[in-house]
Amino acid sequence: MAKHVRRREPRSLSFYLLAAFFGLFVLFLYGPIATIVILSFQGPNGGLTFPMNGVSTHWFHNLFQQQAVGDFGGALTRSLSLGVIVMVVTVVFAVSAGLAFPRRFFGSGVIFYIAVASLIVPSILVSLGIGLMFNIMEWEPNWYSSGLGAHLTWTLPFGLLIMFAVFNRFNRAYEEAARDLGATPWQTIRFVVLPIIAPSVIGIALFGFTLSYDEFARTLMTAGSFNTLPLEIYGMTTNVTTPVLYALGSLTTAISFVVILAALGGVLFMQRRRARHGSDAA
Amino acid sequence: MTARTTTIVTERREGTPSRRFNWGRVTDALAPYLQVAPLTLTFAVFLLVPIVTIVVVSFWDYDSIRVIPDFILLNYEELLTSSVTWRIYLNTLKYAALTWALTLGIGFTVAYFVAFHVKSLTWQITLFMICTIPFWTSNIIRMISWIPFLGRNGILNSTLISMGVIDQPLEFLLFSDFSVVLAFVHLYVLFMVVPIFNSMMRIDRSLIEAAVDAGASGWQVLTNVIIPLSKPGIAIGSIFVVTLVMGDFITVRLMSGGQSASVGLMMANEISLLQYPAAAANAVVLLGVVLIMVALMLRIVDIRKEL
Repeated sequence: MAKHVRRREPRSLSFYLLAAFFGLFVLFLYGPIATIVILSFQGPNGGLTFPMNGVSTHWFHNLFQQQAVGDFGGALTRSLSLGVIVMVVTVVFAVSAGLAFPRRFFGSGVIFYIAVASLIVPSILVSLGIGLMFNIMEWEPNWYSSGLGAHLTWTLPFGLLIMFAVFNRFNRAYEEAARDLGATPWQTIRFVVLPIIAPSVIGIALFGFTLSYDEFARTLMTAGSFNTLPLEIYGMTTNVTTPVLYALGSLTTAISFVVILAALGGVLFMQRRRARHGSDAA
Repeated sequence: MTARTTTIVTERREGTPSRRFNWGRVTDALAPYLQVAPLTLTFAVFLLVPIVTIVVVSFWDYDSIRVIPDFILLNYEELLTSSVTWRIYLNTLKYAALTWALTLGIGFTVAYFVAFHVKSLTWQITLFMICTIPFWTSNIIRMISWIPFLGRNGILNSTLISMGVIDQPLEFLLFSDFSVVLAFVHLYVLFMVVPIFNSMMRIDRSLIEAAVDAGASGWQVLTNVIIPLSKPGIAIGSIFVVTLVMGDFITVRLMSGGQSASVGLMMANEISLLQYPAAAANAVVLLGVVLIMVALMLRIVDIRKEL
């Protein structure tokens, strides 16, 4: 209703001022990254800033030559693997915990506040704590053990908060209906709850993968002897002075964008399908 | 009671063997605990135990090659009596305050525009996504991407020189407090936009119509209706931004070119020198400061209600 009333009014000056502000904001968000994407196509003799000295994919080729930038391939593989592991674990743990919370079991408040604390505690503290713990216990830190744990302290709270947001809006009547129709608890989850929350589960997966793939501070003391990609990139910032740095930045940003677009596409697809099949459910 | 139990039993008998009935009750009661167990264990092993470890180690002694289990207060004494510590804390608080003010101003304006001036839901979602996507990309890359822009021969300097505004490149643009705060705002403004937008989208539009009908100007609607009702989002965004800046070390190191210090950076340096007990004492103090700041901000908002 409000929409119709407002739509008749002509757009005010404040609309245009705010729209301009928003435009500048988007430029601020994306401008720098667009710059390095352009600069990563520098010619072989180009430098770190404009002007462009020809256009080439020289620096991308350079990236894949082992001697040029440490162990880029290995770091990329490790980061992608860790991202996928963190994603799967985050989805399973967060969805499982999310299913429990609406029932208000003993200790639910404490666990919720621990999850919030996990977001608030500075990353470097988590890194230091896990590093020290492994050190004292004389365990070998590795990206798939200590690194995995460190990343989960960052991704699990987001997963849990998304589940909270979902279940605060979740109509419990669907579950009750399933139960009345004779579904077992597992069938209720598998055929009723999971399909309804599926788009949010994709969201949790997106958080799990991308936050892990890009995490730096929490990996610093927990990665063990092999670098993940962000650590590798950080190492490069101090000793690489060619556009190969930008090529790496463009490549890893491209990977992030592919993942984000796949996730958003997945959510959109599910909503479309649901809209189509909506009448069947009712 | 007995009658009810009997009916349940008979009902169950029709579908499943009665033997499973008792087990069903037990697993039903246990189910939530089993469901949260993996998450809880992860937090226990990788968050709580490490924090306890930090507290314990902060009382240990160390020399140049190893740490020595002990109970001394020297680490805290050295930390708190050094004027360097206080200067660095002040500097970190300065970054936090500047970043907070800027992200709040920008974040609120952006959220306000999308929530109240964009009319169609599709456009609102699209613009919101445009604002959120950078959150899922690498922070380090986003920092590095300022270098060609702000550098001595960067885009900004060469543009200003060719326009004749300046004749010497501006030196303060990169590797300065300016570039540190700029990078902080660039990285963390999303943490402000998202919760504020979330709060604004939950404001009942009829409240605004009522205010307009009662003769409020646009500005009065903003200050008397929208801002008070956006407070939870503002508080959540502020908690994120302040804690992220307080614990940061990588942004300060990269963007100040090693010319500025922050608490996190001080810790990172101690870690790289293997002075773990000193770093641990530092970490305990930092955690205390951050928790106090969060507790103050939490007085404004009950997070659990806001999801």
